[in-house]
Amino acid sequence: MSTTEHSEHSEYIDSETGKMGMWLFLFTELFLFGGLFIVYAVMRSKYGEEFHHAALELNAFIGATNTVVLLVSSMTVAMSLTAIQKNQPKLAMILIFCTLLLAGVFMMNKYFEYGHKFALHLYPGSDVMRNLPHGEIMFFGLYFLMTGLHLFHVVVGGILLTIILLKVWSGKINQEHFLLHENGALYWHLVDLIWIFLFPLLYLIT
Amino acid sequence: MKNHDSHITSYALNLKVLLVLLILTMTSILVIKFHLGAYTVALALILASIKTTIVLTYFMHLKFENLILRLMVGGVFLLFAIIIVITFIDYYFR
Repeated sequence: MSTTEHSEHSEYIDSETGKMGMWLFLFTELFLFGGLFIVYAVMRSKYGEEFHHAALELNAFIGATNTVVLLVSSMTVAMSLTAIQKNQPKLAMILIFCTLLLAGVFMMNKYFEYGHKFALHLYPGSDVMRNLPHGEIMFFGLYFLMTGLHLFHVVVGGILLTIILLKVWSGKINQEHFLLHENGALYWHLVDLIWIFLFPLLYLIT
Repeated sequence: MKNHDSHITSYALNLKVLLVLLILTMTSILVIKFHLGAYTVALALILASIKTTIVLTYFMHLKFENLILRLMVGGVFLLFAIIIVITFIDYYFR
């Protein structure tokens, strides 16, 4: 690399602030989902019995499978960053690809899960759901809103990781320049963090 | 050079972190199956918080970040906790 003292310095600054900017964005995500968690908590204390009944409808096995899938994918993306830092781009690409595959498994599970709910006519606005007790409508409404918003983040994360994969392949992300890779990994970990709370609150506690 | 002094997390550490997270997930599933009554929700949330801390510390490299960033993250979580408490005070004493 042809770099002078000056450009080396400014590149270093850029990396630190770039990462801080990503964290600031993650904070806004925390409050986006945090607000929904507060709604969930208040509604749960108000409609405890109806939340209990509605939560039994969810498939805890699929929820648990998706938890494991996301945890493993979090590790593969963290390892891919290690591989880039150790100058092993091929291994990094394989690990990012594994992460994308796991994201695909997650989405496939969600497809079956939502499909089952739709087959039972359990979706916002359906006649079946309109006739449920108020607390159960709240539960399923929050279920679709929170998991749907999370699923949207999985899709965005998948797109981001695909871009990173292509940039590693073309050499634009390498041992010296991996800020985008780092930030993409941070985003993917956030997706995992949100699910860590969604899983027990929606699927486990009945 | 960019990221010159950044810390590299080893593959082995990443794997160990995953194993701990999986064990904690299994624990929370088993704990909730035992139906500990009023403590179930609290216990599930505590276990989720522990998992969150582990992900933030190791996967998200906060352990190896500079102090400003760590203080920022800590501060934001504190702010979030305060907002939850205030919301519930409002809700219960309305």
